[in-house]
Amino acid sequence: MTPVLRVTSPGTLTTLQDLGRRGWLRFGVPASGAMDPVGLALANALVGNPLGTAALELTLAGAGFAVENGPVRIAVAGGEFPLALDGETVAGVRSHWLEPGRTFSLASARAGARAYLAVEGGFRVEPVLGSVATHVRSGIGGWQGRALRAGDALPLDKAAAEPGVERALPAGFKRPGHPRVRVVLGPQDDRFTAAAIETFLAAEYAVTNQADRMGYRLTGPKLEHAKGPDIVSDAVAPGSVQVPGFGEPIVLLADRQTTGGYPKIATVIGADLPALGQRRPGERLRFEAVTVEAAQAARRDLKAWLEKLPSLLVPAGRELDSEHLLAVNLISGVTDGRNGSLPAGLTPGSG
Amino acid sequence: MPAAYAAPRFLPAGDAALVVELGDAIDDRLNERVMALDRAIAGTGIPGVEETVPTYRSLLVLYEPDAIGWAELVRRLSALLDDLPAEAPAPAGRRWTLPVVYGGSFGEDLAFVAASHGLSEAEVVERHAGAEYRVHMIGFQPGFAYLGGLDPALRTPRRADPRPKVPAGTIAIGGAQTAVYSVEAPSGWHLLGRTPVRVFDLRRPEPFLLAPGDRVRFRPVPGDAWDGLVHRVEGGEAVAEAEMLP
Repeated sequence: MTPVLRVTSPGTLTTLQDLGRRGWLRFGVPASGAMDPVGLALANALVGNPLGTAALELTLAGAGFAVENGPVRIAVAGGEFPLALDGETVAGVRSHWLEPGRTFSLASARAGARAYLAVEGGFRVEPVLGSVATHVRSGIGGWQGRALRAGDALPLDKAAAEPGVERALPAGFKRPGHPRVRVVLGPQDDRFTAAAIETFLAAEYAVTNQADRMGYRLTGPKLEHAKGPDIVSDAVAPGSVQVPGFGEPIVLLADRQTTGGYPKIATVIGADLPALGQRRPGERLRFEAVTVEAAQAARRDLKAWLEKLPSLLVPAGRELDSEHLLAVNLISGVTDGRNGSLPAGLTPGSG
Repeated sequence: MPAAYAAPRFLPAGDAALVVELGDAIDDRLNERVMALDRAIAGTGIPGVEETVPTYRSLLVLYEPDAIGWAELVRRLSALLDDLPAEAPAPAGRRWTLPVVYGGSFGEDLAFVAASHGLSEAEVVERHAGAEYRVHMIGFQPGFAYLGGLDPALRTPRRADPRPKVPAGTIAIGGAQTAVYSVEAPSGWHLLGRTPVRVFDLRRPEPFLLAPGDRVRFRPVPGDAWDGLVHRVEGGEAVAEAEMLP
């Protein structure tokens, strides 16, 4: 029998997501896919999957699961949703091998907005229009086209995960980041006054409660249109920042409608969309304009980082015994008293 | 073509997308030109171009910047535009005829639309079903086709009070446009009728009936034909009639 993940507590919006659909925008089908593809990649890397394998995306609230029929290997990454195995909280971002009969749960987000729960080998779910990504609004893809409910039993693609060495993120692990949200101005920046562009790039905006997979409505200084707030509807790229008549921007994200009739002052660059997908209502952000070339360089850097991601992982339980830590110590030139807090047998550089 | 710009505009939409804007209006010939560029890209296959989205007056081009740079992409697109015929390109795509039951419980706003234009219900149906529409673009919902070509006498501003839900297959008027609803959706448009044809159905090998550039006609059928047509649709029969445009 195929191992199954049984949903005991579904959370607020838990959906299957991969890297989204391609080729159907012209038919009005949103790309969908993970709001934080880097979080998705981390969870997948920890269980040894290709980085774009479909995983469960949790939104702000926690969720609970039971393992049935066979052993599975899981990992949770992205936002900080503390993981408990059979009620015992476990530390660190790492994979876990769980035999049938075990349960696990994720607590509500302490940081970030979305967690990714990956299973080794992925879920056994048929792609729809080339992708497993769920678009709840139109009932396309994922698990029966909808968010998970209590009692759902998700079959896994792998017959049985083998026990073995678990993988973890090394101590001091940091995902790539940038202090501001970088944008390329346009396509319709000429529909705004010069003062509006200046304000947009200088002011602080806050994510409102109207923030979901379609987009984030922001609040902050209003942006004045030069030629009115209506344009002949056109297609909407990922990360488009549209400004309706009330003058506050809306960043359009994974589940955005494919076309829209408001001017788009700028477009968030691909490299900064994953971190934006972890922002939550009330958080503040600032924009920064970059050139197309700089945006493409950032995209290449992220791609290169993702390619080497699997090699950055370390065996679980030896997170502190990493080349990373060795490098830190070599640079600092001292192995100071902090070593005394290391678990017995773990000495920097010993292996 | 007064709706078109003298020269196309190439506008950045982030690091991996570009907008080719050919004009700033809802206009059949401008839209034909967008479709012609779209077909030219599909026909030649520019390396690095991953997806295109034709809309009323522009084309969104999603590309892989590692495979093609901005300057080279603009050069290739400009060359394709230069090679398009200056005059109206030949129509391409398909012409669909969809059966529609107008009025009554199938089109709750037919009486309102008739009254607001000083027409009888039969005259509204005659004008709506007498026109040939073109799919200007698809958006809003999967498979939702914005149809241009509405008789100006039928233009009706949107409702002040949108309905939370109208069924799939609804034929409605919003401003100068008309559309077939592809899925159940909220709507501020005026409901004229309903077709049993599913323009979006994931059970079909080709889930989307209408493509940008296609033509659409409506054929009025009596209300007592509805159940029979629905039965045929559920049996997998294509009750929409299609012919290829030359």
